Amino acid sequence: MSSYQNAGLLDWAAPILHGALVTLEIALLAYAIGLGLGLLGAGARLSAWPPLRALGTLYSTLVRAVPELLLIILLYYAGTQALNALLNALGDDTHVEIGGFVCAVGVLAFVQGAYMTEVFRGAILAIPRGQLEAADAYGFTRWTRFHRIVVPAMLPNALPGMSNLWLILVKDTALISVVGFEELFFTAQQAAASTRDYFLFYAAAGALYLVMTLGSNALFARAERHVRRGQPGL
Amino acid sequence: MDFSWLSDPFYQRYLWTGFVNTLWLVAVSGTLGLALAVALALARIQGPRPLAMLVHGFTTVIRGTPLLVQLFFFYDGVGRLLPEIPGVRDSLIWPMLRDPFFYGALIFTISVGAYTGEVIRGALLSVPDGELAAGRAFGLSRWQILHRLWLPRAFQLCLPTLTGEAILLLKSVPLVSTIAMMDLLKAANLVRDETFLVYEPLLLIAGIYIALTLILTGAMRLIEHRFPGARPAAIRRRRLLPG
Repeated sequence: MSSYQNAGLLDWAAPILHGALVTLEIALLAYAIGLGLGLLGAGARLSAWPPLRALGTLYSTLVRAVPELLLIILLYYAGTQALNALLNALGDDTHVEIGGFVCAVGVLAFVQGAYMTEVFRGAILAIPRGQLEAADAYGFTRWTRFHRIVVPAMLPNALPGMSNLWLILVKDTALISVVGFEELFFTAQQAAASTRDYFLFYAAAGALYLVMTLGSNALFARAERHVRRGQPGL
Repeated sequence: MDFSWLSDPFYQRYLWTGFVNTLWLVAVSGTLGLALAVALALARIQGPRPLAMLVHGFTTVIRGTPLLVQLFFFYDGVGRLLPEIPGVRDSLIWPMLRDPFFYGALIFTISVGAYTGEVIRGALLSVPDGELAAGRAFGLSRWQILHRLWLPRAFQLCLPTLTGEAILLLKSVPLVSTIAMMDLLKAANLVRDETFLVYEPLLLIAGIYIALTLILTGAMRLIEHRFPGARPAAIRRRRLLPG
């Protein structure tokens, strides 16, 4: 029996590792887009223009109040249909099928952006006002002030939250398997169902996620040392 | 948007069962999880070194793997091995071991214990040493110091964080629909299958979740205000008011 099981694991090792790679790709892309959405969201929430502020608050509040799995299922189906409805309205009656990969990245990034909005908002609010006023006094343009002062000054405050969100994102990629997209956990489920060795394959999937989260913990610890350089220790 | 199915008592019963099961799961695993969290935190701070290390490893594994994978691992992985152990099938706990609610409650309790355990550990460690020394000076026993001084002070410090953890617990409930438990999402999916409506049932339960999140936040805020000394600012403001 055990030799049969070992053969099962060997047969499935390549697809599962490939699934892990897909999971990492989805997570990295969604994280990058989520960072952008978070910056935009934080900008909107801190904006002086009330409608924009309301929009930012609505985005981050609603998305954070609905369970991720529910949002993923909703957006997964709604995303394709909304795009087709939009195209039809524009007079283009071709039917577009969004690939699973694009959809997975889009949905996770949308959710991630809402949480990132709050992290960035808090981190930007924690920058001493004098530093921003000093930039203005020196005649910095808005863009120079943003990337020379705001970003470096907020990163030490934002990084713990960002690292938390990355870990949540890596774990949330498993939710994509529920809508049938082939990433790490979906492949593990297929392997488990076909070999009937559920214990082994779910444990293997869990171990791979653990490697990813522990590995990224180490990277984030290094990043945090880097952005905190020159600051007194906590 | 077609919500006419809402008037059908058949679907109402689905949703009501899902709603009750959702709340029940949150209540059970929230309570048991909090107790487990305190135990894990104390084991890591005061337990013997091997136990502390074991708890640390356990917490790392639980926090480092997706909840969905844990659910499947226990429900499908461990759950399918259990009947092979002689005697389990005939034992009194067998009906429980086949119930998805049992696995949901078990995994959520473990998960709450691991995540909240870290929060409570941090809070226990940030209670000033002097206060515990004062307890000892008054001749309180170890147990009295723990439940009259150390734990209440720790909870004071971490209540706002616990609010966040409670909401995370509520929002992870839909995951149990994947192991065939009748929660709100499962109910919505059944309605979707039978009415061929794609969005309406999902939008309805999204609305229910938003309402539940708001209610839970409000309830936790009430506890924060009532907890002695938990929000010095709020209490000070009340004292300043006349009357």
